[in-house]
Parts: sequence; C-alpha cells; structure tokens
Amino acid sequence: MANEAAHAADAHPADAHADEHYHPQWSTYWKVAVVLTLITVVEVWIYYIPSFVASKLFVPSLLIMSAVKFAIVVMFYMHLKYDHKLFRALFTGPLLIAIGTLFGLLFLFGKLAIRLGLGAG
Amino acid sequence: MATMAAPISATSAETSSPSGIWSWLTTVDHKRIGILYLVTAVFFFCWGGLEALVIRTQLIGPNMKIVNAEQYNQLFTMHGTTMVFLVIMPLSSAFFNFLIPLQIGARDVAFPRLNAFSYWVFLFGGIVITLPILFGLAPNGGWFGYAPITTMAYSSGYNIDYWVLGLQILGVASLAAAFNFITTIINMRAPGMHLMRMPIFTWMSFVVQFLVILAFPVITVALVFLMFDRFFGTNFYTIAAGADPLLWQHLFWIFGHPEVYILILPAFGLVSEVLPTFSKKPLFGYPVMVYSGMLIGFLGFGVWAHHMFSVGMGPVADSVFSLTTMLIAIPTGVKILNWVSTMWGGNIRFTTSMMFGIALVAMFTVGGISGIMHSSSPADLQQTDSYFVVAHFHYVLFGGAVFGIMAGVYYYFPKMTGRMMSETIGKWHFWVFFIAMNLTFFPMHFAGLYGMPRRIYTYDAGQGWETFNVMSTAGAYLQAVGMLLFLYNFITSWRSGPKAGNNPWGAPTLEWALPSPVPDYNFAHIPTITSRYPLWDQKAEELVKSESETTIDGRLKTAKELGIPMPFPTIRPLIAALLMCTMICSVLFIHAGNLPLALTIGIASFLGLTFTLVSWLTSALE
Amino acid sequence: MASAAIPDPHHAADAHSHPPTTTGLNHRKIAVWAFIGSECMLFVSLISTYLIYKGRSIAGPYPHEWWCRATNTIGKTAAELGTCAPAETFKPILNIPVTSASTFVLLMSSLAMVLALAAVENADKPKPTGTWENILRSSKTWLWVTAILGTTFLGFQAYEFTSFVHEGLTIRTNLFGSSFFTLTGFHGAHVTVGVLWLLALLGIDYKRGLKPADALNVDIAALYWHFVDVVWIAIFTLLYLIQ
Repeated sequence: MANEAAHAADAHPADAHADEHYHPQWSTYWKVAVVLTLITVVEVWIYYIPSFVASKLFVPSLLIMSAVKFAIVVMFYMHLKYDHKLFRALFTGPLLIAIGTLFGLLFLFGKLAIRLGLGAG
Repeated sequence: MATMAAPISATSAETSSPSGIWSWLTTVDHKRIGILYLVTAVFFFCWGGLEALVIRTQLIGPNMKIVNAEQYNQLFTMHGTTMVFLVIMPLSSAFFNFLIPLQIGARDVAFPRLNAFSYWVFLFGGIVITLPILFGLAPNGGWFGYAPITTMAYSSGYNIDYWVLGLQILGVASLAAAFNFITTIINMRAPGMHLMRMPIFTWMSFVVQFLVILAFPVITVALVFLMFDRFFGTNFYTIAAGADPLLWQHLFWIFGHPEVYILILPAFGLVSEVLPTFSKKPLFGYPVMVYSGMLIGFLGFGVWAHHMFSVGMGPVADSVFSLTTMLIAIPTGVKILNWVSTMWGGNIRFTTSMMFGIALVAMFTVGGISGIMHSSSPADLQQTDSYFVVAHFHYVLFGGAVFGIMAGVYYYFPKMTGRMMSETIGKWHFWVFFIAMNLTFFPMHFAGLYGMPRRIYTYDAGQGWETFNVMSTAGAYLQAVGMLLFLYNFITSWRSGPKAGNNPWGAPTLEWALPSPVPDYNFAHIPTITSRYPLWDQKAEELVKSESETTIDGRLKTAKELGIPMPFPTIRPLIAALLMCTMICSVLFIHAGNLPLALTIGIASFLGLTFTLVSWLTSALE
Repeated sequence: MASAAIPDPHHAADAHSHPPTTTGLNHRKIAVWAFIGSECMLFVSLISTYLIYKGRSIAGPYPHEWWCRATNTIGKTAAELGTCAPAETFKPILNIPVTSASTFVLLMSSLAMVLALAAVENADKPKPTGTWENILRSSKTWLWVTAILGTTFLGFQAYEFTSFVHEGLTIRTNLFGSSFFTLTGFHGAHVTVGVLWLLALLGIDYKRGLKPADALNVDIAALYWHFVDVVWIAIFTLLYLIQ
C-alpha cells in the first residue's frame, strides 16, 4: 500500500495544478443524494419483509447496498473519483487492510466459516 | 567522487542557534527535536537497563530473594514497556526527525509545531508510565498487558492504570508524528528526489509510518475497552458476562506484530546507509531492498496470531498463520543477502559504525532463524513462554534494532553535533557490547529448551538452568560496562571531540553535503537531485551551492540573512501536550473514587487544551 | 484546523520562500487522507468487536430479540417468550424507524456539506440571478444546514441512548451494551468534533467571508465529515439492519 502511495506520488512530480481538480456541482450532487436516499429506503423496506429477512439473500443484499452507498459517497462527495490518485491510494490501501483484518477476526472468532465439504471448517 | 570535500570549514558551523533551556522548550526545529528524542531515549535506555540488571541479579542463582514476586512483575513489565515504547521507538524517532528532511532535501518537516507536540507528548507519556516504579506502583501485567488479568477483578491497584493511560498518551505521540512524516516524505522531496532515489533509511521510515497509522488505532481501541472496563464497569473483558478471553490478545497482536517491524525497520534503514558508505559500494539491489521493506510491512498485518499458537485456535488458523509467518522470512532473508552482497568485494573500513552494522546482519540472522523455528506451530508450542523466546526477541531487538541504532548513532553523531566520537572507545564499546550480548542471550536458548519458563521470579536448583543463568547475568553486567563506555564516549565527544567536516565518512547521501552541525534552515538553496548517491556522482559544492551561504569572514549566513522564512519557536505544543496528558490522566481519580475531582481536572484540562489549540492554530507559523 | 493564518503554499512562489510541494498537493490534505486511512482501522476494530460479541451476551436486553428476564428466554416475538410478567419483559432494543430517520439526516448533511464547498469554490464568480442559484451560492447557508443536520443526528443519538437506558440497557448491562454504546459513542464523538469544526468555519465565514482561497480548508473539513457519514453507512447496515 505504501507502494501504491509512492507511485502515485511520483506520477505527477511538481504538478502545481494537480490540486485544482474538477469538482462536480449541483447537478451531480442532487442525483447522488437521491440515489443514496433510494438505497436507504430499500434497505429499510426489506428489513420489514419477514420472508426476505429469512432468506439467504437478505444479508448479502444489505451488504452490497451499503457498499454501494459507501462507494458513492467516497467517489462523489469525497470526490475521490476526480482527485489525485495519491489520495485514492492513501484511502484504499488502509481500507483494504482494515477489511482484511475484519474478515480475519470474524473467521478466528467463528463468525464466518468456509465449508470445505470435508466436514471441516 | 567528492568524498572528503569540506568547502565550509568546521569553525564556521557555529551558526549559533539560540541556546538555553527556553530555546529547547520552544523549539520547532526538526534537528533539535531529533536530539531531544535521542537524549531522552538514551536516558530511558539506561533506566530500562537498570531494571534488567535487577532482574538478572535476581535470577543469577536458584531461590534468590533480592526482589519478591510482585516487584519482579513490575520490573519485567517495565523493562519490556520501557525498551519497546520509550527506547527503541523514540531512538528511531530521533533519526526520523533528524534525517528525513535532510535526506530528501527539505528545510523542515511538513508540520513543525505538530512535530514538537509529538515529542512533548512522548516525554510526558514516558513520565506517566515510568515514575510509578519509584513508589512500587509500576504496571505489573507484562508489556502485552493481557486482559482479563489486567481488568479490575484481577488487578485492582493503580499499577495497570498507569500502563493503560501511558500507552494511550504514547500512541498519540506516535500517530501525530506518523502523519507528519508521511506528508513530509510524499510532499517535501527536493526536485529530482524521485521515490526510487530516496535513501533507504527514508524509505524504511516511510513504510514504518504506515505501520504506525494502521497499527496504533487497534491498540488504542483495545486500551479504550480496558479503560472502560476498569473505570466505567463495561464488560469487554469480563468472562463471566460472556466475553472472549482472546479478544484482547487478538487486538493486541494485530497491533503488536506490526509494532515489531516498527521497531526493526528503522534500524534496517540505518544499516543500509552505513554498509554502502564503509564498503564504498552502492547498496546491492536497491529496488529489491525497497520492495522487500514494503512487503515486510504489508505481510506484517497478516501474521499476528503466530503469537497465540498456544491458545488453541484450531488447525486451520494455526496453519494459515504459520504459512504467512514463513513468507515473511523471504523478504527478510533477501535483505540479509543484499547487505552481504553490498559488502562483498567492497573496500571495507572497519569503523565502529560499520562494526555495529555488520553485527546487526549477523545477530539479526541468528534471531531470524529462531524466529522461523517459531513460525512452525508445533515447534512453537514447545518454545512458547520459555526463555528460548526471550533469547529470540533479544537477538532481533538487541542484536538487530539496538545494534542498528548504535551504528546510526556513531555514523550520524558528527552530523548532529559537529564533532567525531572517539573510535578507540567506540571499538571497546562495540566489542564489550557484542560479547556481552551473546553471553547474555545465547545461553537463554538452552535455558529455554531445558524448560525454564519466562516471567518467573525465581526457580529451584537442580533443573539444569544454573549455569546458563550465571552466564546471562554476567553478560548483563558486561552490557552495563559497555553502556558506560558509550555514555562516556557520547558525553566527552559532544563536549570536546575532534571537529568533523561536512562529510567525514565520504558518504554518498544528501545530508552529508551540509555543514556539521547543520544550520537551522538546512539547505540555503534547495538542491536538484540527479542520482541515488549524489555525493558520489557530483561535488557537494555543486549540489548545495555552499559558497553563497557563507559571509566574507567564513561564517555561515543565518536564515534571516538568506531571507529564508523560519517557523517561530513556540511553547504552545508543550502546553498542549501537557494539558492533553492531564486530561487523560484525570480518569485516575475515578479509580480513587473522587469523581468530582476527576471531572474538574478533566474539564479544566480540556478547556485549557482547546484554548491552547485555538491560539496555536490562529498564530502565524513563521 | 480551519485557521486563515496558516499560509497557503500556493502563494509561496519566490525563490527564497518555500519551495513548491513535490506533488503539487497541499500538505494538510495529504495528512487528512492519511488520518482517514488510520481511522478505518479504528472503526474496524470497534465494529469487529461488536460483531464478535454479537449473540454472546448471557443476559438481555438484546438488539433484535425479545427477552424475558425471569426465565431468561429469548424470542423473535413477545409471544415466543411464553408467560412473562410485563416488568420482566424487554423488547428488542434497536429502534429502526428512529435510526432510519437519523441515517437520512446524516446523508442529507453530506449533501449540504458538498454544497457548502461548491459555494466557497464559486464565491468569486459574478452574482447569479435566480433565488435558488443565490441560495446555492451561500456558503453560510449550507454550513449552517450541515451543522444543524449534524446536531440533529446527535439529538437522535441522545434520544436513542436515553431511551435504551430507560428500557434497561446501559453500557454495563451486557456485552451488547458495552460494544454498542462504545462503537456508536465513538461515532457520535466524531460527529461532535465535526460540528465544532463546522462552527469554526462559520466563524471565519462571518468574520471575513470564505473565499475560493479557503476552499482547501472547507474541503478538508468536508472530507472528515463525509468519512464520518460513510462510517455510519457501515454501522447502520452491520448493527441495525442485519439481525
């Protein structure tokens, strides 16, 4: 991850105008807000459908929806989509390590398991 | 090769930054802050060493009664905590501070006042954690402070409180410094100082800062849980409430293993500066050194549970963590091979610095090999919690980190102080340290394999441990002699050592183009870098245009005369650090049952801190 | 953090002043992104602990289940508890409608925050004609809206915490209480810092007006604010919605 950061930093040496990135404006912002609101509505909605809550799709669909919300806010509101790629590296590197740690811990504490079909796992 | 060039005579180096205690309390100069770190850490080194001497005296023979079990617990806890958090980390910080801006061609770090804040927070945190031993109240739960034994149910005294609060405070210092150095290295490199031209020390420091910002939040959270358990009655580590006894262990080692690399990588960096200089050869496989450092840092986040093979995580987890641990041996082994290849066929000069550097390569390899033995979980089950492990980590931390830092101290002392250290005493120091270290720690391998457990305050005769313990204790006293030699050398050389030129070693990197000691503004003109080893490829005068920085009488110009804006000295970082510490420590009064006093001190400190921060942020930097 | 006294590196162009930064980026923005990266590990540690301890409390109340204290039985509905005195019956703690509302409030605060930044960036442009365009151009309006929405979120959290305590869940009650209050409390503390930060920006705005030159200061505050929002997106799903 330091690697990515490092290369990103070198990509635009002494580019004094790199900071004056393109910022999306109102037209983008309100659409993003609408999408975020809609996803949130869907999330809460499915929470109140008992048959869906009981199905195997419930947890994955919630995780996907919140991941999409997460990504949208980071890309548009935190304008990582338009900003210098160094910032992308500074954020995604640690985020990946953090998510890896989360999964590692959940496996270690038996909250997640891989069924190997051998009775193990 | 413009090796011995000294265009500016050493006499001119007295550019006379203001002296006196006030100037040190208010300094924001990264070089002075580096020296503060160095001196403070050397003090704590002696302190932690004295604790080790008492430990070794107690263990010299069976059934000794110099200290009792409780005192022994405090001693080994404080020895570990001191050496990790108050000695090796700040010694590395001393070099981060002093060297990073010089090596990348910057005038200071990105946030000079934040840098001063980091030092003062470190100092106060160190005091909080160290002082209680004078009153017999020192932390006594080991440097890893395993909960639940550190919860109120099992440790109701104040001892653990000092440890918890002290570590929180030290964490703030490390994090603030890490953000500062990351920004500095990314953003303050001189023109032409591409990442792949950066000196390896700066590279390793860069990796370490990422380890700090990713590892310290985890210990912060683990400590917050422990704090809440102790002060507010939460249940994070209360087994009776269903808590998992492994939670602390996992969180601690998610921090703890990257911490090991936080301790060793800076020393690797220093040695990677020392070996090429004294072999008169460029570092062998520079890019591989960079990538292996990054790989060590990255893999360091995936191996934490190898500290916990004995807790019964199951065959799958044990196998995974065994494998990732074995993987780390690859980039580490690559580094060892590259150092050896650097020296191979080189024109080696055996200075004290070089000897410590070579000793690191050898001693770290010994510790590394016993480390690979631990990576195999069945073998580790035999070795864990025995003196074999004590031997292992002292080989990597003393033979590795401390030897690397000693190489760095002898190497950079001229740049820091403008004077040379005595090579004669230095060589005595080296040989005494080298022999003493092996005498102390090598027998521990055997004591451990004969079954001697760690952290026992005494033992019965007839278990085959006596000889090894006598050897270890003798070695420890010999180390004290070595340390006295070092201190004598350090102090007398600082006062009256021979003057050093700009580049007494004929070193290749940028910092050696500057006068010794370095003027407060570092570079009168920001140099343009064209190679990895600028001083071997061009003349120092061309690089830093030094003739224009001196006045007619040969004195170095001041920053004012050169028109370089310098940050103002300010006392605010010190006050902010002090108030932050009193704020955090106010919870001690909750333990004492005096909630109003805790709230009064806490809120007063918070308001004072806010006021100081506002005044800090609204005052001009320069 | 939002001080106008901190010199802008872009102005430092003459030879004897500060050299331009290597990447052309601002120091503080790099530091803030590194800080946000570090905060990922902080919140992941807290969230992991909550998830690890989920379902391990040996006594209620529980987040999504009914609990009878007298018999220590757990049920999906009150009926599943069997006969249980009302004083011994504890309903599921988490209040999804209220938290959905507060989640929406925080999402909208992020919208207000980007509009505040856009207003500051465009502060020098000629005055627009329409009323709505003028509102869009007012950084004070949007900073106030952000701060008020943030405070509203904190109000929801205060309501949530007090009602939980009334329903029998404190930070000491069980593992759920300890890990829940600590995680959401940490998040709330971050929101509080964000609100104070916004108020400091408003102070500068009233004192001398925020200009495009201040956009970086607002941008940095905004990055922090959105990150806190993003953490809540994760918390809302992982704590509240997944049962």
